[in-house]
Amino acid sequence: MMRTLRLRHLLLALIAPGLIATAQANPFEATLKNGLRVIVKEDHRAPTAVQMVWYRIGSMDEVDGKSGVAHVLEHMMFKGTPSIGPGEFNKRVAAAGGRDNAFTSRDYTAYFQQVPKEKLEEMMSLEADRMRHLNVDPKEFAQEIKVVMEERRMRTDDNPQAKLFEQANAIAFEAHPYRRPIIGWMSDLEHMTAADAREWYDRWYVPNNAYLVVVGDVDHDAVFKLAEKYYGPLEGRASPPRTPPAEPPQEGIRRLVVKAPAELPILTMGYKVPVIRDVAKDVDPFALEMLAAVLDGHEAARFGKRLIREQKIAVSTGVDYDSNARGPGLFYLQGTPSEGRTVAELEAALRGEIARIQKEGVNETELKRAKAQVVAAQVYKLDSMFAQAMEIGQMESSGLSYKDIDPIIERLQQVTADQVQAVAKKYFGDDTLTVGVLDPQPLDGKPRRPAAAPRH
Amino acid sequence: MKKILFALAALVACQVALAGVNIQHWVSPSGARVYFVESSALPILDVQVDFAAGSMFDPAGKSGVASLTRSILDLGAGNLDENAIADRLADIGAHLGGGADTDRASVSLRTLSAPDKREPALDILRSVLTAPRFDAAIFQREKTRTIASLKEALTRPDTIAGKAFWEAAYPAHPYGRQSEPATVAKIGRDDLLNFYRTYYNAKNATVTLVGSLSRAEAEKVVESLVGKLPKGEAPNLPADPQLPKGETRRIAHPAAQSHIYVGLPAIRRGDPDFFPLIVGNYSLGGGGFVSRLMKEVRDKRGYAYSVYSYFAPLKQPGPFQIGLQTKRSQADEALKVSRSILEGFLKEGLSPEELEAAKANLIGSFPLRLDSNKKILENVANIGFYGLPLDYLDRYQDRVRAVTAEEVRQAFARHVRTDHLVTVMVAVDKP
Repeated sequence: MMRTLRLRHLLLALIAPGLIATAQANPFEATLKNGLRVIVKEDHRAPTAVQMVWYRIGSMDEVDGKSGVAHVLEHMMFKGTPSIGPGEFNKRVAAAGGRDNAFTSRDYTAYFQQVPKEKLEEMMSLEADRMRHLNVDPKEFAQEIKVVMEERRMRTDDNPQAKLFEQANAIAFEAHPYRRPIIGWMSDLEHMTAADAREWYDRWYVPNNAYLVVVGDVDHDAVFKLAEKYYGPLEGRASPPRTPPAEPPQEGIRRLVVKAPAELPILTMGYKVPVIRDVAKDVDPFALEMLAAVLDGHEAARFGKRLIREQKIAVSTGVDYDSNARGPGLFYLQGTPSEGRTVAELEAALRGEIARIQKEGVNETELKRAKAQVVAAQVYKLDSMFAQAMEIGQMESSGLSYKDIDPIIERLQQVTADQVQAVAKKYFGDDTLTVGVLDPQPLDGKPRRPAAAPRH
Repeated sequence: MKKILFALAALVACQVALAGVNIQHWVSPSGARVYFVESSALPILDVQVDFAAGSMFDPAGKSGVASLTRSILDLGAGNLDENAIADRLADIGAHLGGGADTDRASVSLRTLSAPDKREPALDILRSVLTAPRFDAAIFQREKTRTIASLKEALTRPDTIAGKAFWEAAYPAHPYGRQSEPATVAKIGRDDLLNFYRTYYNAKNATVTLVGSLSRAEAEKVVESLVGKLPKGEAPNLPADPQLPKGETRRIAHPAAQSHIYVGLPAIRRGDPDFFPLIVGNYSLGGGGFVSRLMKEVRDKRGYAYSVYSYFAPLKQPGPFQIGLQTKRSQADEALKVSRSILEGFLKEGLSPEELEAAKANLIGSFPLRLDSNKKILENVANIGFYGLPLDYLDRYQDRVRAVTAEEVRQAFARHVRTDHLVTVMVAVDKP
């Protein structure tokens, strides 16, 4: 198979010598008549394959009072169809020597199976079946919603950091549905019915609202044929229009405090920033990615070096920015102060690092260093079929294309020190800032003894 | 792996053969055991150096030495300070990783294999292994950070439960001694120096390499990495853990969910019962969504998002454990269900269907265990560190295939004795 692939490349090179870079065939793409897009990336290093089906539907498409339904439906997708009984899906995947799971984000819901390659066809048949034929049985739902509530307790209610981020997010956004937690508010879960899940499924789970990604030791033509065989017969249907409320401009700093049982405080500062909408024309999202890398992208980055190691003001720091999203962007600075240092001091220090870049910019060495990480990460990603499939899927989920992966790497390489300084000046004002603080509470509910005394 | 490799080669004529793991093994002149898998499909080199220098060797009363030694190892070495190390690694896109568990301390390097990247990356790894500085100021800072993060972790119900489980299951064995703020507070810089000198030696080292490198290059690389380490001695192991008295520890905590662990010391790496146990455990609580525990606790009753059982074979008998989290009001009921599933399993053993399903998955999923350099590195490093036979991966599927239901029942009876089970429940009300 490797050989055929090489020949094909060679052929292209001969026909269109100027197009080698852009005309690289792998991944391959086809669209079925029902609107399902199929993207196949051949990787012949090992005799395995991963199938992912991505639905362009996530928690941001929910409405108030029904938060969490996208994720609940994801759970229900394992509960059977007329031809596959409840729990049978997992059983079949397991029998095939496969691993499967699913994930729901703000922007998308995706399902995957990793299998020995000769089992890919069976996985495609199973996944196609539940795309249009799910049973949403009220009895199964009644059990599964309890599982989801346990999941919420585990992930959020008993996790102080997750609680802080959930609530900071709910304040940073007022109108845009990104303000709702993916897992849903507990009271919405308590009131959710099988009919809600059913309605969600009927509305959004159609081939034209999905795309299939396969990476592995496969022949793309064979995968296209299998896709036609199993997914082809499913009927497409126009999805209802989506008009998520736009986030009105933030016009002043927002602050919140969350109290939870913990030892150390956590500080999170979120600034409103843009995300990639036009790979060729945008500049700022790429500069913001580089800013994130310069601040906290690796061991040698500024936060770790200056705040943890030199000034010892923080025991941990973080930067979170995702330039690839359907909705609006946030650039988070985070950290936990060292014992004896306050949240206010840490906030001043994080602001200080931004101010330094606003004033002095970044130097060429550290920018080069940040870019070296980007290049190396692209090579390391090739060691995982799963990571490659994720990258394709996520890129597509925000309305970009897998074809943008390489151009985005190029754009990141082109970012200049001036551009990094410019975004630091442009987006890091107080008026679009949300500051959240975790105020740690003693476990036994009794007032805290002086900090110097051991508590345990 | 050879048999499998041929079978696959016949299927896919022009496979770039990552599927077969051809392990080359030798002992370096300095005495380190070396395991090398050549794979040129990607321009990447992974190196992992393991020392028998885990927390089981922590000096009494000073739990945390192994972990702190490992974490400070790469914060200054030779003529490079911690920032220089971080800068140089970042410049070439290389990563140093690793950590310390109960048995071993690992230092791993992932780098691009082009010589202009690889050589400087290996230079840093060599310095870190052979000339760590353990600067006093950095030691102080990291000790403080460790104490802070332990204090934080010990407010979390899962950490509290995990710590209590190991303490209860290993009351008189080093596996049961867990780091606490108080034990770390007692550690001095000298403890780290002593620990490093005692355990980070060539005789005690296993070097695993996977990636784009020739055998001759690999030999050179290994000698350059560990050639300067003192020869040293492999450490003496403490006596095997005794089985604990069965008991239940209930620990108060304000969390919404109870965290429940049930288990006991079970098997060491290389124990021939390993295969019957993993086959059986697949059906009990190991097989993702299809195990008995998952079906009864999660699917039927909606008690938990996550419920599982596993065997963690270690140098000395490592634990068998069942774990779950559930709303605290139903903790006792969820525990009762889990215990009765375990007891039923011990009594009845596997049904023929379960045996077949377990084998189908464990055999069928084998290629997924080895489909990246990262996974190969992990598997081969385990073989090396624990001294498993070199054909361990070759024979894996056959050994699973050969397991009978009776062997499963007997192996469980030998290793999971219910009167010795310890149970830990965190975030429960007093009974």
